Amino acid sequence: MAQKPVIELDGIRRDFVVGEETVHALRGVSFTIHEGEFVTIMGTSGSGKSTLLNILGCLDTPTSGEYRLDGTPVRTMSKTQRAVLRNRKIGFVFQSYNLLAKTTAVENVELPLMYNSAVGARERRERAVTALQRVGLGDRLNHKSNQMSGGQMQRVAIARALVNDPAVILADEATGNLDTRTSFEILVLFQQLHAEGRTIIFVTHNPEIAQYSTRTITLSDGKLREDRLNDNILDAATKLASLPVEEE
Amino acid sequence: MNITNLFKIAFKAIGANKMRSFLTMLGIIIGVSSVIIMLALGTGSKATIMQEIEDLDPGTFTIMPGPDYEEVEGNWLPEYSQTLTKADYESILEKSKYLKAVCPMVYTSGQFINGKNNHSGTLQGVNKEFLVINGLSITQGSMFTDAEVKGSAKVCILGKTVVDKLFPNNADPIGTVIRINNIPINVVGVLKSKGRTAFGQDQDDIVLMPYTTVMKRMVSQDYFDMIYAAATTKEMTSLAADDVTEILRTNHKLKEGDLQDFRIMSLEEATSRVDSVMNILTLLLSCIAGISLLVGGIGIMNIMYVSVTERTREIGLRMSVGARTVDIMSQFLIEAILISVTGGLIGVLIGGGISYLARYIMLNFTEVHILIAVEPWTVLLSFAICTVTGIFFGWYPAKKAANLDPIDALRYE
Repeated sequence: MAQKPVIELDGIRRDFVVGEETVHALRGVSFTIHEGEFVTIMGTSGSGKSTLLNILGCLDTPTSGEYRLDGTPVRTMSKTQRAVLRNRKIGFVFQSYNLLAKTTAVENVELPLMYNSAVGARERRERAVTALQRVGLGDRLNHKSNQMSGGQMQRVAIARALVNDPAVILADEATGNLDTRTSFEILVLFQQLHAEGRTIIFVTHNPEIAQYSTRTITLSDGKLREDRLNDNILDAATKLASLPVEEE
Repeated sequence: MNITNLFKIAFKAIGANKMRSFLTMLGIIIGVSSVIIMLALGTGSKATIMQEIEDLDPGTFTIMPGPDYEEVEGNWLPEYSQTLTKADYESILEKSKYLKAVCPMVYTSGQFINGKNNHSGTLQGVNKEFLVINGLSITQGSMFTDAEVKGSAKVCILGKTVVDKLFPNNADPIGTVIRINNIPINVVGVLKSKGRTAFGQDQDDIVLMPYTTVMKRMVSQDYFDMIYAAATTKEMTSLAADDVTEILRTNHKLKEGDLQDFRIMSLEEATSRVDSVMNILTLLLSCIAGISLLVGGIGIMNIMYVSVTERTREIGLRMSVGARTVDIMSQFLIEAILISVTGGLIGVLIGGGISYLARYIMLNFTEVHILIAVEPWTVLLSFAICTVTGIFFGWYPAKKAANLDPIDALRYE
């Protein structure tokens, strides 16, 4: 692939000291993700995928090894520098949505831009509205988070991840709290975003989801066990159409 | 992140928890309103006392026997009370150039009896200048004359309260002989009523007699308890006081460095004393009120602390979308400040309202007339204290929030 690399991991190790023992959560992980890829990171509980996700999301720094996000080396950055980096380069989508309570959709989506002083109030609102329209919630801008279904809340969360035009979207079990049909609706959205050229990393333990991405990285015991490109990418929209429509 | 956004975020957080925010404010509201009320009461009392002092003849000063308490360090000898003599009074009358009135005084407790009615109070032995110096006037009969003073006449002047006590059926007191400390005394005049002072002291409970009569027939003493003097004009007060000091020093044969055995207390001095006493009193009251403000501040800290724990996930999310440590810190600090300043604003309104209500009630329904007033500086001070309280008590919870690890915060259940 001729695209430029967005994520470059080189010999990433992460040790945690628990009491007197040292736990090696990651034992030398290296891979590169290029712009426009839709990567699934798989692994069982304890495989190190959460630790990897935290490092990819600049929430944590590796003990050793080098991580470059969009060309910027992250390991030596300060807490504040990483916060700014997250603000500009990363969009998070969480399993439990993490929307602000009693807050409207558009205000939730505006949140990352509130921490970017380069974006004024008017531009912030416009970009939030555009992002919500993009995820199909153009008619629910002023609904509060507690007035929405799980699928809608996750769409708001995705809009929030899109609003800062990030280099990479990091989704952590983003369909984990949703029923099958809604999960596929969200997957359709991710595939559309991918088709538009977005780089997406989807962390999950569900092997079914991997079939809809372009590449699957599997972790086991803190090491890279498998890294393969999918030659047969399934279309989430087709699968969604084949699902039985729920009785309303 | 700019400051406007921080304020927006803080406003939303307060609005999202209206009841809790209000309860947090309550401590501050009570604290600030009590500070405002106490300060209003303090400054009001001071203003009232000052007003009363100024109602007296402005050029008045008092000569007291004995040295300054401070100079003798509390070691007061009995003879210190006996240093003002008739000779002193006469010298002042004769030599002083800047006085329009001089009045010696002796006082003692008196038992006043008219038939079956009796009353006890203070008996003051004075001369006719007493009226000028104290701004009094006669409403019935007349003041005793210099001749009566000279002749130690058995005459007296009564205040309205004493008249009411001794003559309950509105009988005319003039010409009546009453018994004062068992001596028959002729009532020659009644003073015009002055009512009560701001603090309820009855200014009409007063009996005046020639000082000569009191000294000879009542207390058998040959010294004065004090001498009142009034300068020709207010501007001459200190000149007159210096003049009198010189006269008395000469009379008492005092040399440079000798302990001066009399004191001159001017109104100005009294004013400054009242001023400092009232300031201390006001400070004391405010400190007590300030304690409730402190408790209110601790209330803020408690709630902010709970709030940080309750919103751990929110903090984690904010950090994950790019909030820096300083952003989280500022958010919670601003929340604390907004709560305390809003509480302060409400407290100022309530405190001011209560103060003016109390003033209205006092002026219209009671005899205690304190001119309660909320001064602008007390309002500014309250606001400053509120902001400081917010910062001080918001600091620890804000710090706790800002130091959360985003990974742990996001997973917090």
